[in-house]
Amino acid sequence: MPALSILIWLPAACGLVGAIASRALAGSPASRTIPGALALIGSVAALALSIGYIVEYTPGFQSAHLATQTLQHVTDVTWIASLGIHYKLGIDGLNVLLVGLTALLFAVAMLAGNLRRERTPDRPHLYYLFFMVAESAVLGAFLAQDLILFVAFFDLMLIPFYFLTGMWGEGERSQRVRATIKLVIYTLVGSLLMLAAAIATGVLASQQHGTPITFVLSSLQGLHLSRGSQEWIFLFFAAAFLVKMPAFPLHGWMPDGYKAMPIEVLMVFSGVLSKVGAYGFLAIVLPLFPQAAVHFQMLMLLIALVSIVYGTAVAFTQTDARLIAGFSSVAQLGFITLGIFSLQPQGAQGALLQMVNHGLVVAPVFFIILLLSRRAGGSEDIRDMGGVAFRAPVFAALFLIVALATLAMPGSANFVGEFLILLGVFKSKLVIAIIGFAGVVGASVYALRLFIRSMHNRVGPEVASREISIRDGLVLVPLIGAILFLALYPQPALKRSEGSASSAVAGARALTEPNVLRIAASQSGALASTQGGSR
Amino acid sequence: MIPLAHIPTPHVDFAGLSPLIAFLGGAVLVLMAGLLGPRKVREHGVPLLTLVVLGVAAWLVIDQWHANKALVDGAIQLDSLSLVLDLVLIAAGVATVLLAWRSQAGREAGHGELQALLLSSIGGMSLLASAQNTVVLFVGLELLSIPLYVLCAAEMRRERSLESGLKYLIVGSVGSATLLYGLALIYGATGATSFSGIASAITAKSLSGDTLLLGGIALTAAGFCFKASVAPFHQWTPDVYEGAPTPITAFMAVATKVAALGAFLRFFDTALIGSHGEWAPAIAVLAAVTIVVGNVGALGQSSLKRMLAYSSVAQAGYMLAGVVVGTALGVKATTLYLIVYLLMNLAAFAVIVARERETDLGDSIQSVAGLGRQRPWLAWPLTLSMLGLAGIPATAGFVGKLYLIDAAVSGKYTWLGVVIVIGSMISLAYYLPVVAAMWMRDAPEGALEPAVAASPAALPVIAGGSPELDDLVDAPAAPARGAHLEVAAVALIAGSATLFFGIVPQPLFDLVQHVGRSFGL
Repeated sequence: MPALSILIWLPAACGLVGAIASRALAGSPASRTIPGALALIGSVAALALSIGYIVEYTPGFQSAHLATQTLQHVTDVTWIASLGIHYKLGIDGLNVLLVGLTALLFAVAMLAGNLRRERTPDRPHLYYLFFMVAESAVLGAFLAQDLILFVAFFDLMLIPFYFLTGMWGEGERSQRVRATIKLVIYTLVGSLLMLAAAIATGVLASQQHGTPITFVLSSLQGLHLSRGSQEWIFLFFAAAFLVKMPAFPLHGWMPDGYKAMPIEVLMVFSGVLSKVGAYGFLAIVLPLFPQAAVHFQMLMLLIALVSIVYGTAVAFTQTDARLIAGFSSVAQLGFITLGIFSLQPQGAQGALLQMVNHGLVVAPVFFIILLLSRRAGGSEDIRDMGGVAFRAPVFAALFLIVALATLAMPGSANFVGEFLILLGVFKSKLVIAIIGFAGVVGASVYALRLFIRSMHNRVGPEVASREISIRDGLVLVPLIGAILFLALYPQPALKRSEGSASSAVAGARALTEPNVLRIAASQSGALASTQGGSR
Repeated sequence: MIPLAHIPTPHVDFAGLSPLIAFLGGAVLVLMAGLLGPRKVREHGVPLLTLVVLGVAAWLVIDQWHANKALVDGAIQLDSLSLVLDLVLIAAGVATVLLAWRSQAGREAGHGELQALLLSSIGGMSLLASAQNTVVLFVGLELLSIPLYVLCAAEMRRERSLESGLKYLIVGSVGSATLLYGLALIYGATGATSFSGIASAITAKSLSGDTLLLGGIALTAAGFCFKASVAPFHQWTPDVYEGAPTPITAFMAVATKVAALGAFLRFFDTALIGSHGEWAPAIAVLAAVTIVVGNVGALGQSSLKRMLAYSSVAQAGYMLAGVVVGTALGVKATTLYLIVYLLMNLAAFAVIVARERETDLGDSIQSVAGLGRQRPWLAWPLTLSMLGLAGIPATAGFVGKLYLIDAAVSGKYTWLGVVIVIGSMISLAYYLPVVAAMWMRDAPEGALEPAVAASPAALPVIAGGSPELDDLVDAPAAPARGAHLEVAAVALIAGSATLFFGIVPQPLFDLVQHVGRSFGL
């Protein structure tokens, strides 16, 4: 397989070439179509590469003491020598599936953009340039194996979304610009705190251990900070990740931001960017600050629980379809946080699986909302919808698959994810797991409500039902295919993620249950096979 | 016969002094050249000659790149810090000459005064940044300030410009006087004027808690703070920046900051390093206050120059963090940030200059509305500059902040590092609206139609004008409107450098590698 740098920078390069070509041909009709076509080529090529990486990925060797996970396809170049910052990329069990998810969602969004009949976006060269830079930055954040590099990509990925939302977003312009600035400031507030915390991690680790300064994750894992330092650094990182998810008290940017984004942007933003935060907990926070993770476990579990309950409750009172999906994401991300901070291998693995699942269902949900609003006279309010299913059986069936996956129907991959999460939480905090179950029930209420109110019920006043077109079907099919694949055949995903997931929580687990680690390896090894067998 | 008094003169190393000689000699040369030839030749010949002078100075600096020697009996130190800062100052000078080439200010002072004053100010800055003696320090400070007072008022027919010059003169004099008083007190406490003498006196007599010395340090710090516009001594900054001709504002924002921070580094981290424990917490608090005051002040400003003035206050606060820690790492981080800061600000000011000439909106944020569609080649540099000042990754600003926070945390000032990032967060709320105006709004109606060139106003009485004089002297015509190539070039070069060094920062780190060498830190 080619180097990971090619995967990261290929989309941005395609976007740039598209922009330049479009400017060079300014005036001719091709100048409006070239950027989109190149972006599609770039994102599909990135998807092909990432599928290659997933297929080729072999779960690492597990030792008896600690499930060690070796990085694959490592690129390691010194970036800033005097600060010990490396440009280090690598694939492990934590990011391999998320990279695939990212590439898939961006490719689908590009497909949707190119197939849009009604209009190419205004200034297409910039639109696709920003879109492709965003893909590069997100892929970089997932693949970075150096703390500062991760922070840089994490901060950078927001900037293209700022432009995409502000320039091509929906709604009245000044309102949209304000929503965009709010979104960026909100999310960057956390990220900048994380920058200070990341630098402190490297500097304090080198001071406390008397070693030369480094920010490479694998080296930092061996240099544990003192407990006091870990705690404040943990809080700074948690702030960044919780805002991005978003979790309950920090979700203030979400409603306005979601309403302002164009649908293609929203598909990737909600599907992928929120996962970077959850990924950060697993890949960075738990391995580097295990003591703090144990210390704040209860706090994080409570935040997760409140997010689940709050997100669920708001999702079934909202009438704006986008906000239903948005608040359901708050609840789903709450579940993921719950799994991570169960500090159990099953919980972590379930969280990882659920990140992929949620990305795969939330993107089609937003696209379906676009299709629904086209049939309901442009309104995204579910009170204006209804009865769409009568003349659109295929569309209804596709939506039903997505809706059932959203509510974690047994048989869907989401069920496996939520099951593993709850299994992990049961083992550590029983009461929290019981309350968390309420969220599972709530999910079926809001998902079915959205489906029934839009597809069935009385036909809305402006509704003109029609079957899904081939173009729109082309956008939905890859996503639904991926959902079905994971539902029918979750084994590959489970096998790839289990080693890394249990090593991510190993450090924290060693503090809570010092004597279980010996059996941990055999247990989690058996886990995947029982899951596969019971299905 | 009266015997001639024998005065021992120190050995003068003319090679080492050559950059300074180039600046000051160049000033005389430019002034002379301004008297020659017809107006047209003068208007283009003088800036060209200034560029040649700056080029020669740059060559002289690079020629002795690895020098590390004391000049004029230890009054001046020629080391990596002074050489790097000289280069930064020359870059600022070149950019200012280009921005002022066809400006109103350059026309009104059409005899080379503008360029000559610029050169002597750069000379003062160079002297200030390499001083090793409180007397040289003060001479350098005055040499940089006095030309700037005049330069601020260079647009003699615009009252705001005159007001700006007058304000700067008054506030600047207070600052100089405070500094002088502080230096006198330090001399009283230590009995030395040379930095090394002060440093050894502090350790030898264990003066670090001495009241006289602390009083002197406080007053000296206040004097420097006036020049570097550190809160609470920053109040003059927005008014003066807004009133001064924009090329001069750019020069002040960039070069004065370089010189003042350079002097800050030299004086506090060599002469006063012995009482680091006493002054560091105080300066750290000043830095934190400056970051907050600057960033909050910039919120909601509709004039880009005022916004950048407050932003420069905040940036001075960030850079003070490198002074506070008193380590070689801190010196390097501040120097690196100064370079980055130069690039980001030059890009922004160049775009403002260009828009002032293209529209009637002056430096209002409205003047850049819709720029992304109209003039992408100006919009990109300003976008990169704003994102860089906010510290977004992939711009040089991120690397600069990274290094400063690293220095702060390493020097046990973690909280100051956190204040820096909090400042960056606030700053997003005023940098992003500029970006939004460029890309997400439309140009205001009719803004691009060049206005009819108004006949220049009469010379105000305060600038020595009188009705009789106006009849005698015909005022120079307003400069031609429209985009000017050299202004766009400054914006583009500074903007692309901001991006380039954000992605490939290693050259910057190599440049500042040896900067802390002669500090004994």
